[in-house]
Amino acid sequence: MSLQEEELAEELRQPPRAPSRLRMVGGRFFGSTQGRIGFAVLAAMFLLAFVGPLFSPWTYTDKDFTAFLQPPSAEHWFGTLQTGADVYAVTLRGMQKSLIVGLLAALLSTALAATVGAFAGYFAGWTDRTLSWITELLLVLPAFLILAIMSPLFGDGQWVLFVVMLALFLWMVTSKIVRGMTISLKQREYIQAARFMGVPPVKIIFRHVIPNLSSLLIVDATLNVSAAILTETSLSYFGFGIQPPDVSFGTLIADGAKTAVYAPWTFWFVAALLVVTVLAVNLIGDALRDAFDPSAARKVRR
Amino acid sequence: MTAGEPVLEVRDLHVTFGDVRAVRGVSYAVRPGEVLGIVGESGSGKSVTSAAVMGLLPPSATVTGSVRLRGQELIGAPEKRLTALRGKTISMVFQDPLSALTPVYRVGDQIAEAVRIHQKVTKEQAMVRAVELLDLVGIPNPGQRALGFPHEFSGGMRQRAVIAMAIANDPDVIICDEPTTALDVTIQAQVLEVLKTAQRETGAAIVMITHDLGVVAGFADRVLVMYAGRPVEVGAVDDIYYRMRMPYTVGLLGSIPRVDRGGRQPLVPIEGAPPSPAALPPGCPFEPRCPMAVEECSVAEPALLEVGPGHEAACIRWADVGVRPPGRHAAQAAAAVRGGRGAQEVVLRVDGLVKQYPLMKGSLFKRRVGTVHAVAGISFDIRQGETLGLVGESGCGKTTTLMEILELVKPQDGRIVVLGQDTARLAAGDRMAIRRDMQVVFQDPLASLDPRMTVHDILAEPLRTHRRGDTGSRVRELLRLVGLDESHAARYPQDFSGGQRQRIGIARALALEPKLVVLDEPVSALDVSIQAGVINLLDALKSRLGLSYLFVAHDLAVVRYIADRVAVMYLGRIAEIGQVDTVYDGPMHPYTQALLSAIPLPDPERERTRRRILLDGDLPSPADPPSGCRFRTRCPKFRTLAANERSRCVESEPEVRALAQDHGVACHYAEKLEVVQNHEESHP
Ligand code: SF4
Ligand code: SF4
Repeated sequence: MSLQEEELAEELRQPPRAPSRLRMVGGRFFGSTQGRIGFAVLAAMFLLAFVGPLFSPWTYTDKDFTAFLQPPSAEHWFGTLQTGADVYAVTLRGMQKSLIVGLLAALLSTALAATVGAFAGYFAGWTDRTLSWITELLLVLPAFLILAIMSPLFGDGQWVLFVVMLALFLWMVTSKIVRGMTISLKQREYIQAARFMGVPPVKIIFRHVIPNLSSLLIVDATLNVSAAILTETSLSYFGFGIQPPDVSFGTLIADGAKTAVYAPWTFWFVAALLVVTVLAVNLIGDALRDAFDPSAARKVRR
Repeated sequence: MTAGEPVLEVRDLHVTFGDVRAVRGVSYAVRPGEVLGIVGESGSGKSVTSAAVMGLLPPSATVTGSVRLRGQELIGAPEKRLTALRGKTISMVFQDPLSALTPVYRVGDQIAEAVRIHQKVTKEQAMVRAVELLDLVGIPNPGQRALGFPHEFSGGMRQRAVIAMAIANDPDVIICDEPTTALDVTIQAQVLEVLKTAQRETGAAIVMITHDLGVVAGFADRVLVMYAGRPVEVGAVDDIYYRMRMPYTVGLLGSIPRVDRGGRQPLVPIEGAPPSPAALPPGCPFEPRCPMAVEECSVAEPALLEVGPGHEAACIRWADVGVRPPGRHAAQAAAAVRGGRGAQEVVLRVDGLVKQYPLMKGSLFKRRVGTVHAVAGISFDIRQGETLGLVGESGCGKTTTLMEILELVKPQDGRIVVLGQDTARLAAGDRMAIRRDMQVVFQDPLASLDPRMTVHDILAEPLRTHRRGDTGSRVRELLRLVGLDESHAARYPQDFSGGQRQRIGIARALALEPKLVVLDEPVSALDVSIQAGVINLLDALKSRLGLSYLFVAHDLAVVRYIADRVAVMYLGRIAEIGQVDTVYDGPMHPYTQALLSAIPLPDPERERTRRRILLDGDLPSPADPPSGCRFRTRCPKFRTLAANERSRCVESEPEVRALAQDHGVACHYAEKLEVVQNHEESHP
């Protein structure tokens, strides 16, 4: 066998792109209807939230003193609030905040859960003890109270801190599940194989452990998006979340609920957008889970 | 063959699950006292057939055809009638004895219960009968053991208890579904012996379902070979083994490694993999893999044709299929000269390796109640380009040894030197270098490949870890090297068959051009026809790439094919070590002798004439090994010794002594004994 010749032939031919995992998963995600629809809807929501306000003459801080609590019209597309604020403008502004807060908090908390759980389960020993102790500590702290106490800090422009705090109180239960699953995964031969190949432990965790828990993690992240938006909503309802003059879905729903009966436009536009957002996130979650799981794809094809 | 009316007659049995036709027309008949072997690979429908006969299929299965037990039709019979027959007229022995015994009841009570369901006897009488039965199947202290629970029995003992239960009511037919597959060879030999006794006692007909052509050769009168849900050849056992008329049977027999054949001749694998029952080819189901296929074969499925008295085959070219008289395959080139060992560099040296585990008890407060001596001081070395087979039954410590080597840390006692580096004094960089030069292939190819990674990523992982550039072309090269297609890189492991997956595992191990490859039972999860291809591949790669293998296996026949030297382990110690042909042709340790004689040969004539050394009992617990020689509780030689000679075995533990050039034996009274004559010699 002349290896040189083979190599030469190799050079001459344009090698096909290496079918690595990332590309496969991406291809399969966009290959599924669910994934495409979900992605398109969510992209549209982002577009609406960030580009939409540019088309309206009103901003979310403007008040129209000639129109209090008016139904939708050519002037105010979604109507106005009791204060005279334009519903279209405030809803989109709220959506900007809620999308970012919800998605970021969910991703952050799932990432935290995966990392902490996998490290605790993989390394065992004192790493496990320390991480488990922290997890448990956060689990017993009264999250709502702490968020409420810290709420003055979330004012002007401090929404990043709010996201971090939200995420910090969402990850513990998942992390415990991840830890348990990691302990059993660690015995699997492919993990052993990687270990004996000389792959460093941290790489094994990110390359083998976490991808094999992806179904769990994606479902968790999807649920967390709703959970984060809802937590934010309830915090805002009590006045602890996003601080005025800024608005979010939470503050809008809280306000709109009071007038929903006789001025439905103050409530229904926000509610509908919230539902569509959560649905889109769920579609994306389902499609992602199937894209990661090679056996799921076959079921679909059959 | 016994004459008389058939007790069990199966006619044109079909089983379908949805649109999947698992069994497509099976017919057979067994007479009293006759043993019918049903042989096939996984997915051939052999187990479904027997489940259908017993009426044990789930309701989703559609069964048509006829099954007559002593003239009574069973298909479509009311469940009540079937229950009355099951266990009385027809009984079954399963592969997994644990599932046949209820864990919470005493073994004796379960057998007594089986007696009382079908016979009008008192509780006491039933219990007496149960103890008798346990005695019959060779369980020592049956009276006492009858009070034990299933989990207190070892695998072999459990299978004996299940056989006792199966013969409790003097059945007319016993169906055995892979009864010895889960057992070690010496235990398998015991259980087969028990089955023979059971048959003698009850005069029952036995239907023996197995994938192992060796087991059938010495046991069955008639054999039915199944492929893709159909019988493809039926005949008397000698017809099947020496005058086969179906290319599949030829292929199957050609692909089994045999313990009685000197190594170095490649096995003849059957190309490809069995068709999936959901997508059968239009003509002969074997056509895609058949070396003799002609155009006509893909037109229609050939029917079973009479090709001789009592011999049928489903092949249109049956007349052209070469027959194989006993021993014809023996004319082989002399084994390649295996040069002196001294010259080559040592790639792995294990010196007095010890590994013990604490034995813990209690769930809340764990306390140490003993020590498991998994490996108790073993030494061997492997030189460049050499293959050492490490064989032994389960519990002998071979896997522990392998793991100790792979961990690359200081052992509890002794020394491990890999590629010239002592593992006790390794810096991180050296360890990484060894991880590059020593690779591993695991037993279960599906479990050892990350299911979430594409084949490309799997093969690229070692390359990336050790920073070898240009992964793309190397991955394609590796796939070609192990006989896979380059386009397979984009698929996931689950899209492959077992043999292909193992090839991926091998490709991954070779990615970094290692010097030493550690193989942990690499072919034992594969069907024989596939296994041969992987063995050949390993052998070819070894000579082409100059690899050294540490080959851990329980199958001595496979080891004879691939290894240059072999080390036989028993209870954490090496019993015998040496050059393969020396050990196999003239084993000197009583354990090696028993082990070799226990392996069934796929050769009915030789099976009938062979002397088998049966070992008593089970492996002692490694937490409490016998004093002196660890094998003495089961040693057949020990029993023939005089009292003063025995004391030596009891008092001092034999070390491995070199008794010939490159042949070491750990026995005080070692002597040569030929247990498997070489094929060549017996048929000149
Ligand atoms: S019928 Fe044709 S394909 Fe089938 S076994 Fe015979 S020769 Fe081979
Ligand atoms: S030393 Fe004694 S007990 Fe051990 S194998 Fe030899 S003869 Fe048997």
